[in-house]
Amino acid sequence: MNMVLKAYRRKLDIRNGLVDLSHGAGGRAMGQLIEGIFHKAFDNDWLRAGNDQSAFQVPAGRMVMTTDGYVVSPLFFPGGNIGSLAVHGTINDVAMAGATPLYLSASFIIEEGFPLADLARIAETMGEASREAGVPIVTGDTKVVERGKADGVFISTAGVGVVPPGLDLRSDAARPGDAVIVSGSIGEHGVAVMSKRENLEFEVDIVSDTAALHGLTAAMVGAGGAHLRLMRDPTRGGLAATLNEIANQSKVGFRIDEDGIPMRPEVAAACEFLGLDPLNVANEGKLVAVVAPEGAEAILAAMRNHPLGRDAAIIGHAVSDEHCFVQMETSFGGGRIVDWLSGEQLPRIC
Amino acid sequence: MKYIDEYRDGRLAKDIARQITALADPDRSYHFMEFCGGHTHAISRYGLEDLLPANVRMIHGPGCPVCVLPIGRIDAAISLAMRPEITLCTYGDLMRVPGSEGSSLLKAKAAGADIRMVYSTLDAIRIAEQEPQREVVFFAIGFETTTPPTAMAIKMAIARDLPNFSVFCNHVLTPAAIQNILESPDVRKLGTVKIDGFIGPAHVSTVIGTEPYEFFAEEFRKPVVVAGFEPLDVIQAILMLVKQVNDGRHEVENQYIRAVTIFGNEKAQAEVATYFELKESFEWRGLGQVPYSALRLRAQYARFDAEKRFDLETPAASDNPACECGAILRGVKRPADCKLFGTVCTPDTPMGSCMVSSEGACAAHWTYGRFREKAKEANAGRAVA
Repeated sequence: MNMVLKAYRRKLDIRNGLVDLSHGAGGRAMGQLIEGIFHKAFDNDWLRAGNDQSAFQVPAGRMVMTTDGYVVSPLFFPGGNIGSLAVHGTINDVAMAGATPLYLSASFIIEEGFPLADLARIAETMGEASREAGVPIVTGDTKVVERGKADGVFISTAGVGVVPPGLDLRSDAARPGDAVIVSGSIGEHGVAVMSKRENLEFEVDIVSDTAALHGLTAAMVGAGGAHLRLMRDPTRGGLAATLNEIANQSKVGFRIDEDGIPMRPEVAAACEFLGLDPLNVANEGKLVAVVAPEGAEAILAAMRNHPLGRDAAIIGHAVSDEHCFVQMETSFGGGRIVDWLSGEQLPRIC
Repeated sequence: MKYIDEYRDGRLAKDIARQITALADPDRSYHFMEFCGGHTHAISRYGLEDLLPANVRMIHGPGCPVCVLPIGRIDAAISLAMRPEITLCTYGDLMRVPGSEGSSLLKAKAAGADIRMVYSTLDAIRIAEQEPQREVVFFAIGFETTTPPTAMAIKMAIARDLPNFSVFCNHVLTPAAIQNILESPDVRKLGTVKIDGFIGPAHVSTVIGTEPYEFFAEEFRKPVVVAGFEPLDVIQAILMLVKQVNDGRHEVENQYIRAVTIFGNEKAQAEVATYFELKESFEWRGLGQVPYSALRLRAQYARFDAEKRFDLETPAASDNPACECGAILRGVKRPADCKLFGTVCTPDTPMGSCMVSSEGACAAHWTYGRFREKAKEANAGRAVA
């Protein structure tokens, strides 16, 4: 009797197991890891096809593509983890072009010794985030590096989407007189991550704002696409870096009003405590939009009707300024520059 | 935010600013030095200059511990950190301060030195406990405010019998520096720096009280108002100084009554006195050698003194000759008077210490206030045209 014996495979011990070098070596163990964790978490037809790439249909319009790397520490923080961040961040980069995000890729660099349970948790969160957003992860890659050569897990993602015909948001499109709108309270992601950082742990009732914003951007495009000049998500470097980037690319200045910037008191208090400027603190579920004055109210109203834009506010205007300064009227009635961050934002001695 | 928002009330600030304008004699000018970088930061960040009349001018003083640390001490810390057995623990402010030839602790870290950024002395103690095979050195820096935590760390190291913890002491004293400025030729003989009064740092006075300022308020006939770091504190202190000058008074007044007393925190002072003693002389960047202006560990605690324990020398090193930090720290020049300011010297490419520390006068002016220079330039251009 001809009988092919099925090779014995030790079950992936997700609860207690650790990632080892064999999980990245291209052999059976790697296949088991990909199947047992990633395919299970991301489950879709494209992945099930088992190719090293995915083929898909795209609608008419201009394609948008983005790529991003995630190296956050700690990996798990209140309101999310590196996985949800990777999905949301990449979707948002596509959405800021006014595009509909369609597909994502995800590449993992995993440090030898990383707990399989944590990897599974990250992958499950990514799967949930991508399903919730309706943007599937259709291809990926896994590498394992020796202990000490990475910090747990690094994730690289790419995203593609399509901009509907007629919409062309450009980073150099801001014009004097345009309104600057933020979609909600700033600084929550940065404070949530810092609150769990080793040697800095503090109790704060703040969770990361990490969220996919393509629903909000679609509502904005629907309410006044013709008046939308540009959108940007103020992630690393915070609101300050984003406004300075736009100012320099568009060759305008900005004047913003400190009192008009939405911020939760807990964020203000935590920043005060740490000696940080909340304008430099990262966000993961907020956007900044520059809008022609005639469209500002309609777009603002549409944002406020969306759950992720409830607290949207006009915080200032673009002005003519050859130096491209972002200036702010302080809550105190004086004026100051809102500058780029120099190096890393470091807590002060006193 | 309770206890914060009350001191950031713009309406009240404008009211105080109106009082200052009403009281400031238009036929004279008022020059007040805010000694502490915390005040400089508050003035710049909240745009207080915009609220003051033109004849009330603020001069930024040397009160930033990072700014006044000479290059040689940074070089010494870097050489210490590069030793394979050493873990150097430092506050974040010091990471980017340039040493000689563009070196810094940040660059030393990238080159392999074990440098850890800590938020308190207790973090350094914890590292020493957790890693007994390492020699953990705490880079102690700061005015009277940060000295008690260093004293407490030594106390804990003794209590826990930690053989691998020591301190590279750079603690400096405020009154000695103010006295040095008032005795400098610039102020006393040449009259190039006009100082009509001081805003004293409240955090320092929570420890030492207001009493240490009595001597030179009397001796130099300059009013001192000890003030907090919230914008309302600062503007109220300016009003108090204007009133003193108008009245011909030179007293020590306490604006920060919510935390400062005449004699300060005597328990903290006693802890500091247990472990530290006055050093005969210490070099301040910009001020040179200032007698009795710093602390060192007492002889019986020499085993916690990193300089003795590791035979650490402070190499002689000088600033970039074009850098005006020295003059800026003494109030002789303003940041924009320096040729390097905003050209080769910015917070991204700092040449001098005033630009490195976020509390430094140049960094504060660059980060928050440089639009004023541009506005002046533009106005001058229009006037000429």
